[in-house]
Amino acid sequence: MSYDATHAPSAHHDEHEHHQQETTIFGFWIYLMTDCIIFGTLFAVFATLCHHFAGGPTGKQLFDIKNVEIETAILLFSSITYGFASINAHKKNKGAVLGWLLLTFLLGISFVGLEINEFHELVARGAGPDKSAFLSSFFTLVGTHGLHVTIGLIWMLVLFFQIMGKQGLSTRMQTKLTCLSLFWHFLDIVWICVFSFVYLGSVV
Amino acid sequence: MLGKLTLSAIPYDVPILVGTFIGVAVIGIAVLAAVTYFKKWGYLWREWLTTVDHKKLAIMYVVLGLVMLVRGFADALMMRTQLALAYAGNPGYLPPHHYDQVFSAHGTIMIFFMAMVMMQALFNFVVPLQIGARDVAFPLINSISFYMTLVSAILINISLFIGEFSNVGWLGYPPISELQFNPGVGVDYYIWSVQISGIGTLLTGMNFLTTIIKLRAPGMKWMHIPVFTWTAFFACIMILTTFPVLTVSMALLALDRYVGMHFFTNDGGGSVMLYLNLIWSWGHPEVYILILPAFGVFSEIAATFSGKPLFGYATMVIATGIITFLGSIVWVHHFFTMGSGADVNTFFGIMTMFIAVPTGVKIFNWLFTMYKGRVRFEGPMHWIVGFMITFSIGGMTGVMMAMPAADWVIHNSLFLVAHFHNVIIGGVFFGYVAGLSYWFPKAFGFKMRDVWGKWAFRFWFVGFYLSFIPLYAVGLEGMTRRMNHYDNPNWHPWLLVACVGVFVLAAGVACQVIQFVFAAFDAVNRKPDAHDLTGDSWGSGRTLEWSIPSPVPHYNFARLPVIRGLDTFHIEKELGRPAPVADLEPIHMPKYSAVGPVLGACGLVIGFALVWHIWWAVIVGLVVAFFTVIHRSANLDVDFYVTVEEIRADEEAFAKRLAAARAAE
Repeated sequence: MSYDATHAPSAHHDEHEHHQQETTIFGFWIYLMTDCIIFGTLFAVFATLCHHFAGGPTGKQLFDIKNVEIETAILLFSSITYGFASINAHKKNKGAVLGWLLLTFLLGISFVGLEINEFHELVARGAGPDKSAFLSSFFTLVGTHGLHVTIGLIWMLVLFFQIMGKQGLSTRMQTKLTCLSLFWHFLDIVWICVFSFVYLGSVV
Repeated sequence: MLGKLTLSAIPYDVPILVGTFIGVAVIGIAVLAAVTYFKKWGYLWREWLTTVDHKKLAIMYVVLGLVMLVRGFADALMMRTQLALAYAGNPGYLPPHHYDQVFSAHGTIMIFFMAMVMMQALFNFVVPLQIGARDVAFPLINSISFYMTLVSAILINISLFIGEFSNVGWLGYPPISELQFNPGVGVDYYIWSVQISGIGTLLTGMNFLTTIIKLRAPGMKWMHIPVFTWTAFFACIMILTTFPVLTVSMALLALDRYVGMHFFTNDGGGSVMLYLNLIWSWGHPEVYILILPAFGVFSEIAATFSGKPLFGYATMVIATGIITFLGSIVWVHHFFTMGSGADVNTFFGIMTMFIAVPTGVKIFNWLFTMYKGRVRFEGPMHWIVGFMITFSIGGMTGVMMAMPAADWVIHNSLFLVAHFHNVIIGGVFFGYVAGLSYWFPKAFGFKMRDVWGKWAFRFWFVGFYLSFIPLYAVGLEGMTRRMNHYDNPNWHPWLLVACVGVFVLAAGVACQVIQFVFAAFDAVNRKPDAHDLTGDSWGSGRTLEWSIPSPVPHYNFARLPVIRGLDTFHIEKELGRPAPVADLEPIHMPKYSAVGPVLGACGLVIGFALVWHIWWAVIVGLVVAFFTVIHRSANLDVDFYVTVEEIRADEEAFAKRLAAARAAE
């Protein structure tokens, strides 16, 4: 049997790439599960320390729930816009993908901005993370989420320029978009828990 | 500019450290000079440092693990000689501050940089070969894992000569590890080396779990997976569920120390007990992460050297799963004395005792595997017999300590120290050493000299009992752990015996070093009949790794094996191997990459700079790491094809060797 060295690898390559894509997404899922445990642990820490005010202010005195509601709305909406980016990626509609990604990015960055502003105001009022165990655990939990969103935004920016560049919407880029989409929606779910347990839990 | 780092951080007034430094420097310069003299830098960089080949990474893990074993063992020698001397009027030669660093370094190094490193070596080498895969799921991440482990090991050794190491034990309990009581950099070295190596381990866990689930050869069903791979699978699950907790614990302790937060401080509402719960809900599963792969090694060895299939394969797998589950819900037994109340203590005590059941099942399975088998007592088999005796004793003292009432008496005594050395040396260490000599011929194509391995075993076996049985005794007599001086005349004779024991162990380590030196010698000058021609190095291998040539070609399998059941290779030896249906095809492989070493270097810079508060260097490290990742993600030229000509040449050479071996019989 003769073997055509010029032809076979490319056919082979597609099959391999498909398999690799599946494996990558699966591996990313596993990563998300470990991240889930990180957040789970931070929630447990918050649950343990949320009444350790050490004479400092309580959540009820500090939290501006209206601001947090706006943050929540922005982040949830950004999940929807990312969803539209995903749909268009499947349709190979490059322009629409870029547009929706841009919108998602703007929403994400306003979320981070609002959060930084909130942290800044708390610190200015003398309620920084070194004030009490309650505030340490609050800043660490919410800050870890914010850090994740920031990393997601940087990732989104990199993908944006790579899609604009010569890679376009290749299989590889699609896989990356899928991974970021999992990451972005996951952060949304974490935020819902933050909103319910940290903010609402402290205010009621 | 250099943060807290000044010249006074270098302990040039401590003779032991200066001596050690000179020794390390001489050896280091000699190695570097040798590499330069033989013009091997290019070879080292192209073939080893940038490798993404799981087999080469495994070998590098082994080298790292052995070096760290020697380092950790030197600490053990110092502790035992100190306690033999430091009785009544004699202060010994290690002042408390130094002694505290020695026991903290010993524990940290032996767990994170010896045992975990050896475990990852075994995962890397064995798992892909046993499941018929050509590499792991994410080869580049595998290389990054290795470099995270390597640089954190380097970081912990830097602490010897620049600054100091933690003096609060291997788990860094607060509040004594807080800034208030520990303003030096020792605890920071501890935090960042554990943190960086933990990231490496987490990546390894993700990688191998994905590999085992997604990359098994066609036809390999779950219950066809060899037992070692099963134990790796469960260990990975525990890594993924518990290492994130370690990451959080270390991060929170760092936030306390660096930003002045109040997670575990005495003031500000901090909770020390929170730290204990967090660290042990990682720490207890961690010991099962270490022991399960050792159980896997014993299972492979018992079957191979008894010439029989493993007794009770299914129960072995189920028992491993049960241990995984139970091992995750027993962590409170490390602090029964904390005062969680009778209900909580009872639950955790009973759960702890339950673990003895699946473990007992395993011991009986190994015994029944040997029963009526044609047992060959080669090197690896010695370790398993020693293991079964030693580990059973260690398990029983563990069940003793699982009773909260008894634990209140012996908590934090040397009885506890004797117990966990009993299971870690007798279980984990014996297992990994056995695995090393068992798979060595697969990696290099010849066996290590068995006689030195057997002597190493004898010294380790006798030395273990001499060193640790006395500690059970003094523990029952009330001697607490981590003392550097004592006045009780009843303890002195026991501690003298323990000191003799540690020198017997030193003889064991020496035999192992000699064994490796001979192996290096044999690699160049061995006799032709020492070659492993068939790939089935022990003649009775059952799993897939023994069906391919030794050393293994870089693509592992010329054709992906077709799985015909449990122990496919054994079935093929009995019934004959079916002729290959498909012709050879070019094999898709990842290219080597410098990303691993570059990210490793960034990790080292970041870790060191965090310890010394050199903030600009932290930022530089992060920026370089960031652009390395971006650069990599834009690189499309990351793989290549192994040509059919190369594979065919390898296959023909292997067929010739097989024919020669058959003719020799």
